[in-house]
Order: sequence, then structure tokens, then C-alpha cells
Amino acid sequence: MSGHSELTTGPLEYRSHEDRMTVLGFWLFLGAEIALFATLFATYAVLFGRTADAPAPQELFEMPMALTMTFLLLTSSFTCGIAIHEMRRGSLKGLLTWLIITLALGLGFLGFEIYEFVHYAHEGATLQSSAYWSSFFVLTGTHGAHVTLGICWAVLLIIQLKKRGLNQMTARKTFVLGLYWHFLDVIWIFLFTSVYLIGMVV
Amino acid sequence: MKNKWGKYGILLAVAFLLILTAGCSVPVLDPKGPVGESQKNLIVFSIIMMSLIVIVVMVALTYMLVKFRERPNRSDEDYDPEHEGNTKLEIIWTVIPLIIVTALSIPTVITIYQLEDPPQSSSDKEPLVVHATSADWKWFFSYPEQKIETVNYLHIPTDRAVEFKLSSADSMASLWIPALGGQKYNMAGMETTLYLQADEAGTYEGRNSNFTGTGFAEQTFDVHAEPAEEFQNWVEETKQSAPELTQDQYDELLAPGLLQEMEFSSTHLEYVDHGSMDGSDYLIQRHGTEAFEDIPALEGGEDVAND
Amino acid sequence: MDFLLNEFLVTGDPLIYGAMVSIVLVSIAIVFVLTYFRKWGYLWREWLTTVDHKKIGIMYIIAAIAMLFRGGVDAMLMRAQLTLPNTEFLNSQHYNEIFTTHGTIMIIFMAMPFLIGLMNFVVPLQIGARDVAFPFLNAVSFWSFAFGAMLFNLSFVIGGSPDAGWTNYAPLAGPNLNPGPNINYYLLGLQISGIGTLATGINFMVTILKMRAPGMKLMRMPIFTWSSLITSFIITFAFPILTVALALMTIDRIFGSQFFTLTGEGMPMMWANLFWLWGHPEVYIVILPAFGIFSEVISTFARKQLFGYKAMVWSMLIIAGLSFLVWVHHFFTMGAGAGVNSVFSVTTMLISVPTGVKIFNWLGTMYKGKIRFDTPMLWSIGFIPCFVLGGVTGVMLAMAAADYQYHNTYFLVAHFHNVLIAGTVFGCFAGLTFWYPKMFGHKMNEKLGKISFWFFVIGFNVCFLPMYFLGFMGMPRRTYSIEPEWMPLNVISTIGAVLMAVGFLVFVYNIYYSFRYSEREKTGDTWDGRALEWATTTPVPFYNFATVPEITGPEAFWKMKQEGGTTYDKENLEPIHMPSDSGVPFIMSAFMFVAGFGLVWEWMFMAIAGLIGILACMVVRSFDYDHGFHVSVEEIKETEEKAREGEK
Ligand code: HEM
Ligand SMILES: [Cu+2]
Repeated sequence: MSGHSELTTGPLEYRSHEDRMTVLGFWLFLGAEIALFATLFATYAVLFGRTADAPAPQELFEMPMALTMTFLLLTSSFTCGIAIHEMRRGSLKGLLTWLIITLALGLGFLGFEIYEFVHYAHEGATLQSSAYWSSFFVLTGTHGAHVTLGICWAVLLIIQLKKRGLNQMTARKTFVLGLYWHFLDVIWIFLFTSVYLIGMVV
Repeated sequence: MKNKWGKYGILLAVAFLLILTAGCSVPVLDPKGPVGESQKNLIVFSIIMMSLIVIVVMVALTYMLVKFRERPNRSDEDYDPEHEGNTKLEIIWTVIPLIIVTALSIPTVITIYQLEDPPQSSSDKEPLVVHATSADWKWFFSYPEQKIETVNYLHIPTDRAVEFKLSSADSMASLWIPALGGQKYNMAGMETTLYLQADEAGTYEGRNSNFTGTGFAEQTFDVHAEPAEEFQNWVEETKQSAPELTQDQYDELLAPGLLQEMEFSSTHLEYVDHGSMDGSDYLIQRHGTEAFEDIPALEGGEDVAND
Repeated sequence: MDFLLNEFLVTGDPLIYGAMVSIVLVSIAIVFVLTYFRKWGYLWREWLTTVDHKKIGIMYIIAAIAMLFRGGVDAMLMRAQLTLPNTEFLNSQHYNEIFTTHGTIMIIFMAMPFLIGLMNFVVPLQIGARDVAFPFLNAVSFWSFAFGAMLFNLSFVIGGSPDAGWTNYAPLAGPNLNPGPNINYYLLGLQISGIGTLATGINFMVTILKMRAPGMKLMRMPIFTWSSLITSFIITFAFPILTVALALMTIDRIFGSQFFTLTGEGMPMMWANLFWLWGHPEVYIVILPAFGIFSEVISTFARKQLFGYKAMVWSMLIIAGLSFLVWVHHFFTMGAGAGVNSVFSVTTMLISVPTGVKIFNWLGTMYKGKIRFDTPMLWSIGFIPCFVLGGVTGVMLAMAAADYQYHNTYFLVAHFHNVLIAGTVFGCFAGLTFWYPKMFGHKMNEKLGKISFWFFVIGFNVCFLPMYFLGFMGMPRRTYSIEPEWMPLNVISTIGAVLMAVGFLVFVYNIYYSFRYSEREKTGDTWDGRALEWATTTPVPFYNFATVPEITGPEAFWKMKQEGGTTYDKENLEPIHMPSDSGVPFIMSAFMFVAGFGLVWEWMFMAIAGLIGILACMVVRSFDYDHGFHVSVEEIKETEEKAREGEK
């Protein structure tokens, strides 16, 4: 908008007033997402132990798998950081390369998650089995759905970056996607500790 | 002119209301036991405090409107558009409400704690335990010590605390006997405890006050409070004359619908405790979800229990 | 065919046939009128695709008034049923559906949209902005609300209305005890519109934080803008809780999970907790903007600066914070123990302290004022005593031990109507009549306005005061039938309801009457106003301000009037950047409706089709690099000269 200064220096994604508003808006959106996940975590905690006739979590959870998933997602967050770094350097090629690596890692994570869900279902723990398992599947599933959405979004962005190159608008979009991706990583860390670690111990 | 009429109107309305309500029973303000009594005291105390606030605000508002309204030939001396606040006043009207809140909190907290235990006035006797189980849309009262069970009515001895063990077979209900005291929820898979006591013999109305669907309005029951011997006689009589409650019959009674008053010489607690997690799906196991489809609605306040 | 008649369409009741016929007739009439006057294009270009906050605000308000009518009809039906004992007008099932839709519609589809509509129209003007931060998203918000409301209202004729109360408690509303589509309407109608509300919260926070006129520090903002900021904050952090709660119950009902069920060790009481974790902040979402409106109106018509501006802001902030810490007071009777109940009793009572501060500050604003009694001011004056009554009965309810006797009775019903009608509804009426000239270029007729005010206020008190007594007499809320001893007070109450209905009808008639006969506004400053919205011309040009003045203190416009200053600084005109209209929000929300309807009936193909449509719209939006357009200096000049002719 006129009346608000356009910057000519500083990170590309922050230059116009609109950019700064979008980034603030996205932070607030992440705030709302935190409220959403907090509610899901609270639900999970309240329903913990209500397994009814289904197997208990410690019978099903496996450390190697949870660790692999954690490794994949943490690494993807790191590669996503590199991608943004490349963007700041103005290297479209570097950005695209690292974004695609990030995507691949995200897809790997999703693959494991799907495998995990199918495996549990075979063992008799499904969304329908009990209150505990409902909350488990919805909590992890919501995170998984976010990752899926993030991947689709990234694909759209890659297409746009190819078409339009790096400019203020694509830079902003990429930056916001990066925020989102790191956010999902943070959520996963909470998931890993409060669902998998605690679930295996208690 | 207008104001005068307003005042008369309010007076008239209040008088009218008082006349109207004079003939009716107002159980909450005329309780028949210690629990309701302590709640009434709290209510009356709060009404007095709150009336003070309402009066202060009304008076101040009237003053502002009369004194500072725009009118012809009003001098501009007391008009001060730049007047932007007064810290002293603002502190006063923050502190006074805080004091009022404190004054209200203390008796509230004391009463809350009191009501968690049986009333003091009958502490020499063990409370009578009654399991009050709600199911759409009726009440089961089980007396585990006496080994009897009633449907949609109960007897209690006077001057002795009653320890209600509340639970529900399906939707969440709330057991409320206004003349004896406040309510508490009945929930499936959980047990809550409510102490009530009647000091005066009589028949009081009780109901489920929490909305539970189609038959909700008729989920009522009568409470017969009577001296200890009479109560004992009633127990004996019921034990001898009433049939036993079989599980099949109990299951049948559980199906959603209204029931007449009934009594039995055994309790359903032998078959299921709806207040435990295991009991929470009992009704669904027996009747399935289909039982809740196409339930006929009530019409015009019909009441099968009293037919 | 069998399915169509027995399950899909609701049959067998004259009321519902009446509703069906009227829906069909009204739809045909609308289509006919639009076609006959060739207005389809106009409708699409000017309204359905608009991203202009002013038009969106007006559409919100129109929809809210329509919903007020629908909710009001529900209310009249309920009063008709409750006037006399043994009435056979509505059977218990119909009564249950009607009180459920009444409550849900009034809070979700009337009160909130009305206030959000006023926020939409007023906030950008008050802060000197050209639009909201994300105009496209704003349109998505509106249309998802509109389609959510439509889905919810459809239940009346297709499939049956929800019937478990606006609180929709489990397990009553869960899959075990309430099979069928009706509750799904509640879940999906609220979900769809809730997403829009959440977006509004974020949008307005960014707007207010980032788009204020130069020099307008936070503590120089008009108080209504402050209330909108705080409300947006509550929305952003409370609505996700509702989103989750609704989603969990939807999954319970449609996909067989066990969150709130009686089976599978589900936990029905968790619903009550989640619902009120959102629900209590929600009641403050619908009262804080009203507080803001009253502050603006009272200070304008007392012709004085707001008394204790800082205290007003702080009290709202404290209320917002506390509103997340009191939810248990809605179920003191759940037996959580004396400690829990004591804590929540005290926190609840504490909320009344900042509320009381506000009341006294409004009185302080009138002190040494020169009070004019135009209609907006009448609503604000009426608000004070009526709302105080609701506040003090709220404190009574907050005393847990006493609440065991009030809970679930008409005492509670009286309390929340005393705060919601005297607070929110009076506030909406005050705000609408206050900003009406800005919106439509003419005032609402004063005489009709006063008639409608007196009918409404007197009716309101006659209707709801007796309910406190009915509570003491043991009358439970949500009962479809009364006992003979409750009759006299119920008769009085119904009389009051009729008076209120008359008041409402006069209000609506006034809209028509004023449109026809009111004098057109000649200046932008109808009421000798104090904030920036009065600084621009009436009607407001689509870019709001030709130039944005530098703000040097609170009450920007008041100061401008004294010290000079204009929103049309001819020397410094620059081209203005504005966002382009878009049909995507409308289409996307229509897909939400399709997906929602599919889920209601568990027709997965339809749900998936709707979902794909939504995603497709997002993709389209993602590839849309439309940067908007610029308004040229010549066009601005031309518009302003024309608009300002009358001023000279
Ligand atoms: C002075 C501040 C207030 C206090 C202390 C207060 C207290 C309470 C309490 C304790 C209840 C629960 C009573 C029960 O269920 O037994 C309640 C219910 C309610 N309050 Fe308030 N309240 C206040 C202000 C408001 C405001 C400003 C609004 C809305 C504009 C509001 C709307 C409601 C509603 C809608 C309910 C009932 C919801 C339902 O059960 O359906 N209250 N209030
Ligand atoms: Cu509340």
C-alpha cells in the first residue's frame, strides 16, 4: 500500500509492507495451529490408558521406527533451512535442489507413517478400537495431514519458482512455507516425546 | 411526567409479581433441609449485595441523565469535553468491587466445602446410601443395604442424610430436588456423590434438570420424606410385597421410554454398575443404537407416570 | 422415493411444509426479480466477488438480520408453546429442534456475524486504512460463514434439525444415542463457518497491528478498534479448540471413533470441557465489540472524551485473559471437587471487576457531558441497567454452591439473555444506527427508531425478568411443557416476547422507511463524531481515504476538526493501490457447502468431490499473481470533488 515504505535492502521476502503483513499473519496462523495441536495433545493425555479391548501402546510402539521418522523429519527441517539460505543467496538452483531433497525426506516420513498405521491396524488397533486409539490416530494423523498438505504446497511452489524465478512474491511464499515446515517439525518433537517415548515407557 | 409513570409502573409490576408468586411454591427460597438452607442463605446474601450494586448504578445513571442532558438554557459551566478521567475514582471503583468479590467468595468457598460432606445436623447417624441411576427417561433408585429398588419415586427418612450415588445408563442427567437442595450430574461410567437431607416430612418434587432429549420433560420423580419408623415400614413392606428385579426385566426397563412408578425387592446393582467404566456401554450392548431411532415424541405435557 | 419422503425431506408437520413452501417461493421470487431486472451480473460483480471490506461488512449485517429473524421466529414458537400448560402446539421433538437452532443461530449466525460485520465496515475506516490486511481472505471468511449458515438452516427441511441444544453435549449428541443426519448439520455448519471466523480473527489482528495511519500509536486507537483487536485475539486462540471439538465429534459420528462415546471407554465429559474452553471465550467474543460500540456512542453523544481510556483498554485485556480461565463454571455440578469449584468460582467473580470498571467509566463519560438522546444513545443507555442486571446475576451464578440450585433452570436462561440481549443485541442495534449513515448515506428515522427501542426494551424486561423467579420455582430450562403453577409468569414472559417482536419489526420497517424517505447526508460527519471514520465522505469512496492524515493524538478526527486537517490533501495525492475482486472465495465456499452436505449424509463421493473442489480453488489462488490495480490521481480528484460538493 502506498504510504508504507518499500525497502530496497534486506531479505527479499520482507521488503514490501504486504510481505511483512503476510509473514505476521502466518505467524498468527501458527499461533492458532498451536492452540489446535494443544487441544489434540490435551485430548490424547486425557484419554491415555483408555484402550478398552485393544492392545496397549507399549505392545505396539517400536523405537527404531519412531526414531527413523524423527530422523527423517528433523533432517528435512535442516534441508529446508538450507533451501531458505540458498534463496537468500539468490540461488534459484540451490533453492530448488534443497527443496526437492526436503520433499523427498517428507515423503519418506509419510511412507513410514502410513506403514505404521497399517501395521497397527493389523494388530487390532484402529481408529475405532478405543478412545485411546482414536486420539492416537487423530493426533498423529492430523500432523501427517499437515505434512501432506505441506508437500503439495511445496510442489505448487516449485512449479511457480520454475515459471517465475525468484522474485519478491515467490520468495515470500517460499519463506512462509519454510516457517510452516519448521513448525511441523516442532510439533513432531512434542509428538515423539509425549506419544512415543511416554507410550513406550508407561 | 414520563419518569413518574415509569416509577409507578415498576412498583405496580413488582407488586403484581409478588401477588402472583405468593400463592405458588418457590422451593429454592423455601427449602426443607439443611443443604437447601445453606444454599438459600448464600442466595439471599448475594441478592442483597447485588441489589446494592444495581441501586448504585441506577442512581448514578439517573443522576447523569438528568443533570447532564442537553436542554435549552443549560449553562456550559458544567460541560467539560476535555475531562478525561479521574485516577482516584477509578481506583475506588476497582477496589470496592474487589472487596465485594472477596465478601462473596468467602461464604461461597466455605459452603462449597461444606456441601461435599453430609450435613452436620445429622452427623450422629450414618447417611442412607441410595444409588440414583438415570436412563432415558426414568430414574432407578437402588437401596443396596435394604436390597430394594424403586422406579421414578423414592422414600427417605427425615433428619438423616441421604448419600446419593449418581450415575447414568446413557445420556447425562442431573438429579435435582429443589426443595432439598442443589443438583449434581449423573454420568455414564462415572459416579458422583450428592448429599441431601429432609428435615420436614412431606412429598417433594424431583426431576432430571439436564436436557436428555425427547422424554426429558417427564423425567420426574416424587420424594417421600417421612420419619424413620415410617420409612422402615415402607422398606419392609416393599421387601415383602414387591417382585424381584431380574436382569431381563431390568434390560427391558432400560430401553428408552417413559415408565410408571415401580418397586422391586432386589437391585440392579447385582447385574451392572453404570457408575464404573465397565458399566458405561451396558445399555448400548443390550439395545444397540437402533433403540434410539424413531422414538415417538411427547405431546402436550403428557405424563404416563401419573396416568 | 421412499428414502426421499421418509428420511431426506422432513415430512408430516404443517410448520415444516410452511417453511418448505416459503423457501421455494422466496427462491423463485429472488431468481425472478434478478432475471427480470437483469441484475445477475450486477450481483456477481458488485457483491458476490467483492473484496471490499465495506460491502463485506454490509453483507454480514444483512445476513445477521435475516438470521435474527429466523432465530426470532424460533423464539416466538417456543414462547407460544410455553405460555400455557398442556399446549399441543409443538411436540417435544419439535421443541427440542427449535430451541437448539434458536441458540445456535443466535450466537453463531447472528451475534457474531453482526459484530464482525460492524468490525468489517468500521475498523479499516477508524484506523485510516484502505482495506483489511488480506481482502481475499476476508471474502473467504464471509462466504464460508454464509454457506455454513445455509447448511445449518437447511436441516429444518432436509433431514431434520439438530436437537441436542446449542451446547450439543455428548453422549446425547453422539452416535450412540442420536443416529441420523441432524447433529451432523450442527457439526459441519459450525465447522465451515468457524473456519471463516478464525480467518477473520487473524485478518483483523494483522490489519490493526500493521495498517494504522501514520502516528496512530496503539494507545491512540479508537476504543472500538481496541475491542476488535482484543476480540480477534480471543477468536484466534479460542476457535481452534472448537475446530478440534467439532472434528472429533464428526469423526465419532461418521467414522466410528470413540472420543465421546459410551462404548470403547470414550469420555463424553471431555466434550463439555472442550466446548466451554471455546464457549466461554466465545461469550466474550460477542460482548467485547459491543462494549467498544457503547464506548464510541456514549462518548459521541455525551460529547465528551471517553472517561478513563486506559482503564477501558486494560479492563478489556484482563477480561480477555480471564475468559480462558473460567470455563468450569458451566458445569460446577459435574462433581470435580470442592477445590476446583472454589478456584473457578473466584476466577469467574473476578471477571466482574473489570466489567464493573467499564460500567462506571461509561457513567463517568456522561458526567459533565452534554447528552443528546438520539437512537444509538438510547440503546446505549438502555444497555447499562439491563446489562448490570445480567452481570450481577452472573456473579450469583458464579457462586458455585448457589449455582447447584440455579444451574439448568430459567434463572440461567434469564442471566444469559440479560447479557446477550442487553449487551450484544442492543450493541448491534446501537452500532448499526450509529454507523448507518456512513454505510448507506442516510440516517435511520429517529421516530421509528425510538418506537422500536421502547417496544424492544420494555418487552425485553417483561420477557426475561419473570424468568429469574421461574428459576426459583424450579422450572428447568429446555423443557417443552410447563406445569400449571408456572403459568402466570410464563404468560407475562410471552407478552414481553411479543413486544420485542414488534420492536424488531419496527426496526426492520425503519430500514425500508428510511431508504425511501430519509434525508440524504450532506457531510461525512453525521453525529459530530470523534474517530477517523467520520473524516471521510459519505458515501465512502471505495478507497476510503484519498490521503491519510498524520495522527497526533487520540480522537483523531475530533482533533482534526479543531486543528485543521483533511483526508483530501490535494497537493499530495498519489495513485492508490487496491486489490482486485475475485470469484474464488464464493466458489470455494460453495464447495465447502457441497463437502459439508456430503458429510452430513455420509455420502463420501460428494464429500470427496467437494474437498477436491476446495483444493482446486486453493491451487487456482496459489497460481494467481494478480497484484491488484491502481486508482489514478485524476479519478481520485473527480470522486472527491463530487463527494464533497455538499459540504460547501
Ligand atoms: C459479569 C460477568 C459474568 C459472570 C460472572 C458470568 C457467569 C456465568 C456463569 C457462572 C454461568 C454458568 C451458569 C450455569 O450454567 O449454571 C454463565 C452462563 C452463561 N453466560 Fe455468563 N457471566 C458473565 C457475563 C456474561 C456475558 C458478558 C455473556 C455474553 C454476552 C454471558 C453469557 C452466558 C451464557 C450464554 C451462558 C449460558 C450458556 C449455556 O449454558 O447455554 N455471560 N455465566
Ligand atoms: Cu461462561
